[in-house]
Amino acid sequence: MSTQNTSFGFAHPTEALAPDTPAPDFRLPSTPDQFVALSEFRGRPVILAFYPADWSPVCGDEMALFNELLPEFHRFRAELLGISVDGVWCHLAFAKDRKLRFPLLADFEPKGAVAHTYGAYRPHEGICERALFVIDSAGTIRWSYVSPIGVNPGADGILAALESLSTQEASK
Amino acid sequence: MTRRSRATRSDVPVGDRDHTQGPATAPATLMEYGDFECPYCGEAYSIVKDIQRRLGSRLRFVFRHFPLATIHPHAEYAAEAAEAAGAQGKFWEMHDVLYENQEALDVVYLVRYATALDLDTSRFIDDLDRHTHAARVREDFLSGARGGVNGTPTFFINGVRHDGSYDFDTLLGALEGAIGRQNGVD
Repeated sequence: MSTQNTSFGFAHPTEALAPDTPAPDFRLPSTPDQFVALSEFRGRPVILAFYPADWSPVCGDEMALFNELLPEFHRFRAELLGISVDGVWCHLAFAKDRKLRFPLLADFEPKGAVAHTYGAYRPHEGICERALFVIDSAGTIRWSYVSPIGVNPGADGILAALESLSTQEASK
Repeated sequence: MTRRSRATRSDVPVGDRDHTQGPATAPATLMEYGDFECPYCGEAYSIVKDIQRRLGSRLRFVFRHFPLATIHPHAEYAAEAAEAAGAQGKFWEMHDVLYENQEALDVVYLVRYATALDLDTSRFIDDLDRHTHAARVREDFLSGARGGVNGTPTFFINGVRHDGSYDFDTLLGALEGAIGRQNGVD
């Protein structure tokens, strides 16, 4: 995996973090007065869904699909977190409009810093990649996928990853 | 990094549980995952009708439910209504009525359609009230989610997701290509 020096002054991956990499911890606002940290979910799987922007048509479809699949994700005790560089107020309006029942986190300041650490930032456009990560209950990335920016990746990869995760954890 | 293989295949093959039109031996099977309240599915509905007319017995059409119920508040009930009609042997009749009346999917209308289709309305209403067919609809939905359905409508041709446009010419071309491959003339 290659790295490059960024405006943050330290090396960041230029490709999405691969399986078996520890998931970098982060703490991001989900509302104007609430923060969500990845470490809060230790002990259960987490799905991180980076996406380019609230309101853009494909993202809307993708988030609507994930919203519909929440009961299925919860069956695996998995938590879903959406992340983009949009601010909290924008997220709130978008989530309300689309009736989303999972948190949208604002990777807003410093802009895209968390996406950078996951290798899921597009510096030229200043937006997140359409990237998915499934993180196991111990905080290790077990599956990642970057979709072409205009293509809704669907949920089959997430579901397959959660399934193999639960099979592996059951056999421990 | 895991990447999805280029051709996404449907997770659940067409079986007895499916609603189908056209012969099982047809060289092309077009499967749609659709939502009765989705306007794009509404557009696709008439395109599929035209394609069915064009291809006749060379095409089998399969419909599975993929209601995005949070953004389409009537979609789940409409899907269950189609199944309730299906339980009385009129799935396709209800399927057509729903797509032809996408702006009127309130339960009052659903019952009106059931009456117009000569269904046993008390059984129909009972099925809706008890969500008799909700599990079936969910089954379709999950088979789609696992098979790479990422929105509606999503089409599969002979089990492989059709990622191109679903305008008449593109869809017809893709189906004729599939028929050609089945007949060994690629």
